Amino acid sequence: MTFFIEVVAGGLLAGVMYALVALGFVLIYKASGVFNFAQGSMVFFAALTFVSLTERGWNLWLALAVTFLAMIVLGIVIERIVLRPLVNQPPITLLMATIGLTFVLEGVSQLMWGSQPHGLELGIPDVPIEWLSQKWNINISQFDLFAAFVAGVLVAVLAVLFQKTRIGRALRAVADDHQAALAVGIPLQHIWAIVWATAGFVALVAGLMWGVRNGVQYALTFTALKALPVLILGGFESILGAIVGGLIIGASEKVAEVYLGPYVGGGIESWFAYIVALLFLLVRPEGLFGEKHIDRV
Amino acid sequence: MLYREAGQFKSTYSQDQQIFPILQDRIGVLALLVVAFVVVPLVGDQYWLSALITPFLILALATLGLNILTGYAGQLSLGTAAFMGVGAFMTYNAMLRIPHMPILGAFVIGGLCAAAVGIVFGLPSLRIKGLYLAVATLACQFFVLWALNRVGWFSNHSSSGVITAQRIEMLGYGVDTPAAKYLLTLAIVAVMALAAKNLMRSETGRAFMAIRDMDVAASVVGIPMMKTKLLAFAISSFYCGVAGALYAYTYLGTVEPEAFTLDLSFRVLFMVIIGGAGSILGSFLGAGFITLFPIFLNLASRWLENALGIELPHAVVSNSEAIIFGGLIIFFLIVEPNGLARLWQITKEKLRLWPFPH
Repeated sequence: MTFFIEVVAGGLLAGVMYALVALGFVLIYKASGVFNFAQGSMVFFAALTFVSLTERGWNLWLALAVTFLAMIVLGIVIERIVLRPLVNQPPITLLMATIGLTFVLEGVSQLMWGSQPHGLELGIPDVPIEWLSQKWNINISQFDLFAAFVAGVLVAVLAVLFQKTRIGRALRAVADDHQAALAVGIPLQHIWAIVWATAGFVALVAGLMWGVRNGVQYALTFTALKALPVLILGGFESILGAIVGGLIIGASEKVAEVYLGPYVGGGIESWFAYIVALLFLLVRPEGLFGEKHIDRV
Repeated sequence: MLYREAGQFKSTYSQDQQIFPILQDRIGVLALLVVAFVVVPLVGDQYWLSALITPFLILALATLGLNILTGYAGQLSLGTAAFMGVGAFMTYNAMLRIPHMPILGAFVIGGLCAAAVGIVFGLPSLRIKGLYLAVATLACQFFVLWALNRVGWFSNHSSSGVITAQRIEMLGYGVDTPAAKYLLTLAIVAVMALAAKNLMRSETGRAFMAIRDMDVAASVVGIPMMKTKLLAFAISSFYCGVAGALYAYTYLGTVEPEAFTLDLSFRVLFMVIIGGAGSILGSFLGAGFITLFPIFLNLASRWLENALGIELPHAVVSNSEAIIFGGLIIFFLIVEPNGLARLWQITKEKLRLWPFPH
């Protein structure tokens, strides 16, 4: 039983990591209807920039601030160069543009900082919490808990931003209806730049968490693929969906890996999450918390 | 002046409905076929045939397949490479396990197996749409790749999962030289492209396009949603499956499941978008562009190195190439979202009037 709890807890905490990446997707999709495939490479770009700056002897907080600034600039540049000319194009064109953006971002970050993998330390060791493992014999990583805490804070901040501030109201208005928002005088372009910058910040946080766990390397770009089932399960438009979806995917993936994996030869984590998400979709085609679409002829 | 349809009268319905109603188009296509079937194998050297033109044709076939699904029927799929993988591995097994199997029959079996997989993974399309469906088709991509890797039967229990394509023999002649392989590929691609062109002009094709444009409206006017969507998946995966089989048999020779990763799916999707969604010609243009462009970039970077007299580090070159490639795709999407096929159409309209302005 303790083993089962340990597996589920580990899965839930891994799910939080997925949710961190999925959050970035949700933010951009909500506000601009763009499915930003480049989120994975933004995570990579942010983590690589941060770790390269700290390795050059920069102060941790200074590096964080500079990277955040870089992500804001990146968001504005993307809005300006890629999105603005593509307004009113079908979603698949926008998706392809962000895949093109993936190539550019990966190329730029490796050109700037080199392609060798880096280790990342934030001062929180990735070791099991002692009193938990002594008392109940359950191993849960201290760092995972920290990541979960960070994700919680992030979601709370985003929720306040979306619900309580002037910018948040504008964001929700844009998400609801571009044209109506424009008509009441909301500057669409500013809002998009803000959203992309926010997504850049989320990417930075996700990059740091994933970087500590797996090292900062090219494989970070694949975190996007981990986040996709989370997204379709939770629904593209819902921040809450990203979190809940992440938890469901993380837990079920871990449980399946441990209890089902040995029977089918292992390695099932590459597709199991997708199948789980697919099963949920068959019941709720727009994800758990996605907006219901009414088809009109 | 040369490209005018004035004076070409159509007196029967079938003349009006032919694929190339303009005489100059017919001559052009015929000339293109002659060049492709006769001139290219004669003048093309081994490298060009086996490393450039054959893969271009194969990828064009896969693009055609995806174009039927995405461009005509409007169902976004990211599982193309998986269907290609199924085609390649099942063709291999058909050749291996069925005695005296003709190669074309094996290709058909590979394609049919891919079509079956396509139908299974097309089932969610009845419930989910758009980007949700795109992500759902990723399930197919990862699951099929995993199955090909893990289930030994597919690769005849080879330890590394690699299969080696059997020697192709047709009517007693071995298809061994690059030129022969090229001709086989070309013949299959040409026939299948013609079939696709005709299919898209038929009732089935019109049903696909109705579903693409608005599926609720299509079902209201009586187009069977389930049958049509699954048919689109089946036909599309059949094309991809045959392309995968050709990929293994006439291009690579030895394949492992890792040849059919998500990257390949994306490349084929790029070809569809760059070439023009919903266009048979566009599939070829897009495949040609994406296949040739990296080679062109590579030549350009080498030329640059020679011109400057310095040796650039490999990492710099490959990263710059990625940046230029991605940047160019974005640029293309911005200036011509309807793809190269649309550019060709505009050129044709200009040609009709040339050299007069109106």
